[in-house]
Amino acid sequence: MSFIPHFSAHQIFIAPWTTDFSLYGWMVLMTFLVGAACGLVGNYLILRRMALMGDAISHSVLPGIVVAFLVTGSRGTVPMFAGAVAAAVLTTVLIEVIHRHSRVKQDAAIGIAFSSLFALGVILIAVFADTVDLDQDCVLNGELPLIPLSPPMTLAGMTLGPPAVVRMGCVLFFSCGLIVLFYKELLLSSFDPALASAMGLRSGWIHQSLMIWLSITVVSAFEAVGAILVIAMLILPGATAALISDRLVVRLGWSLVHAALSAVLGLHLSIGLDCSPSGAAVVVGSFLFGVAWIFGPQDGLVSRWWSRKERGPETLV
Amino acid sequence: MIRLTPSFAGQFLGIGGLFVGLNSLTMTVCAARIGDITETVWQTQAIRFLTLADPSVRFAVFGTVLLGIVCGLLGGFLVVRRMSLVGDALSHAVLPGVALGFLWNMEKDPVAIFIGATVAGLLGTGLVHLITRTTRLKEDAALGMILAGFFGAGLCLMSMFQRLPTGNKTGIDKFLFGQASAIGAEDIRLMTVVTVLVLGLICVGYKEFLLVSFDPGFAKVCALPTRWLQHGLMLLLTFSVVIALQAVGVVLVSAMLITPAATAYLLTDRMHRMLIYGALIGMLSGVTGAFLSFLGTHLPTGPFMVLSASSFFVVAFLFAPNRGVIPRWWMARSQRVRIVRENTLKAVYQILENEEFRRESVSLRELAERRRLTFDEALREVRSLVSMDFATAVDDLVALTPSGWQRAASIVRNHRLWELYLTHAVQMAPDHVHDDAEKIEHILGEDAVRQLERRLEFADRDPHGRPIPAVQVIHGRPNGNREKRATGYGKSS
Repeated sequence: MSFIPHFSAHQIFIAPWTTDFSLYGWMVLMTFLVGAACGLVGNYLILRRMALMGDAISHSVLPGIVVAFLVTGSRGTVPMFAGAVAAAVLTTVLIEVIHRHSRVKQDAAIGIAFSSLFALGVILIAVFADTVDLDQDCVLNGELPLIPLSPPMTLAGMTLGPPAVVRMGCVLFFSCGLIVLFYKELLLSSFDPALASAMGLRSGWIHQSLMIWLSITVVSAFEAVGAILVIAMLILPGATAALISDRLVVRLGWSLVHAALSAVLGLHLSIGLDCSPSGAAVVVGSFLFGVAWIFGPQDGLVSRWWSRKERGPETLV
Repeated sequence: MIRLTPSFAGQFLGIGGLFVGLNSLTMTVCAARIGDITETVWQTQAIRFLTLADPSVRFAVFGTVLLGIVCGLLGGFLVVRRMSLVGDALSHAVLPGVALGFLWNMEKDPVAIFIGATVAGLLGTGLVHLITRTTRLKEDAALGMILAGFFGAGLCLMSMFQRLPTGNKTGIDKFLFGQASAIGAEDIRLMTVVTVLVLGLICVGYKEFLLVSFDPGFAKVCALPTRWLQHGLMLLLTFSVVIALQAVGVVLVSAMLITPAATAYLLTDRMHRMLIYGALIGMLSGVTGAFLSFLGTHLPTGPFMVLSASSFFVVAFLFAPNRGVIPRWWMARSQRVRIVRENTLKAVYQILENEEFRRESVSLRELAERRRLTFDEALREVRSLVSMDFATAVDDLVALTPSGWQRAASIVRNHRLWELYLTHAVQMAPDHVHDDAEKIEHILGEDAVRQLERRLEFADRDPHGRPIPAVQVIHGRPNGNREKRATGYGKSS
């Protein structure tokens, strides 16, 4: 068995969509849903320069999930969401307390808060390894391949699909709904917080709601891609879209495209190399960012080089 | 059968006198032979750790001491430059390098891993720099992207690696959350070299690194190679991350950079002290973490180190002298109490002054009226004065002691001097100066008062026409004459 498996076009490109569709179909759908839901909220994180809050929260939901599991003994949706939201709120409060009551700056406060919570989560998992249905590997890698194997969820006689996929679909639907309903408010408070608060929008409320929205998205994506790759899913689609367009609606659209492309291409890559599917999706996502970085219409390296060439050599005067 | 910790197996072999300086591979193989031991008793583990009985424990302790020193020291530069999260991105970005280092000759070769991880870390930080310079994306997005993108690539490589027949035995999975007991003799050698290198460079170039960190513009003017110094610092940081990987793990290394240094930042103002404290705290948390994770069977080391560092931070956050939450709360509280006390003294003085100091004492009722308080509240304030020996109370009559009298007179003097200063020097209207003086009277020091008096030429009336108590009055008699002007403050009257 070699490090890079034998290349077989049939197995890599055709089988996932034909014979193995029942297995890979759900995986692709789940990756797309994760990328799309995370990408939508990620666009706002990037606009508000809070990308690293996404980093912090995706780490710190872990103890929330573990504690919720230890308390209720089940991996139900409601306790998990409640634990994650509580952990997210705790993180923002901790960061604020450290930042406000000492000379430690915000960046270090973020670093201290999330690493402590994440460490706590890992220790809880290690200590209660027998009772907690999570392991350290799952925390980092997610368990995307296991999702299609779980018994499908049925609602009113209809078979819907694996519960994780259904949950993620609901979160995506909910995110789209939030954006449609509060598009104006989110846009204004992200671009011009001063004007937003002058017009009577509560910036603190918007911030906290965004954090809760983020934590719900993160916790449902957590199961599929793991703690750290969630950050990639949060930032990569939005960052790629930001290199393509200036308009927020267009950016949101492009981040959905990015999510779809990295889901499909990531699947093929992971079959081709026989590697972790979530990792492969992130690698493809980074590659797509690289493409946008090089060939993007305004900021792209090529167009920058071209416009410099058009202008000719710079004169001193 | 449970899998034994490598250290346990190492101890077994150490007693047998078979090997010294085993690597984790042989330990895992040998562990199968004593698989009948089913329980790890934490007391015996604790004793084994504290007595440093077997080599793997000694390696673990020595290794964590080294990494704690290096991380705590270099983290200081990150924390003061508000670049803590660069450390986070850097530490995640090394993962593909670690995996490629493993791939080099399919085993845990510390030097190959060191080189791979350093290259990957530098590549990652370089890309962050490039992204922020050439696109509209801000640093936070670039950091997050590089962190997660590199980590994803690393996970892919690792999952491919673990598929191989030999992959699972090399202990590459220990690099994610860290296992101090997997540190071997070769690791120690490498860590020692890097630590000596880092310490030497920081000692030699301390002044230059300090200048570049706090004032890059000035450093440039001084013709220092700022760019090279910055790159050099980044290289040293990458080194510190890489040598910490084995024990702390990729995921939490950044905390070992940030938390000890941030704790030291709360304790001192001087950079060299901060670096030393950071190194000490890093060392302590490293050893504590290694000890705690040693007590159980499958406990990863990294999270325990991070939690011990965080508990040091919490202690410093709460109790650090001058800057901790509790000392500051205490100082604020005692200042509030002092201000209330001084206001009471002032009220007593003013009541006596209104009657031109013909009486020696005021009644509690007069005091309560003057301070606009209830009788009980006034009583409480008087008790506080009595407890400080500023006043004596007989029945409901309050009289000031000499020290209380001095204090009261100097507060009134501060108040009236400041009013005069504001009307004369700042040209504020006399009816606007009272509120400001109410605040400043409690804060003015003797030095400032002396300057004010000189500047106002030892004036004896405030803008409202009331006398300003002179030094003789304060240090002597209530109705002392004011012919002699004060020239300075002596202890004697």
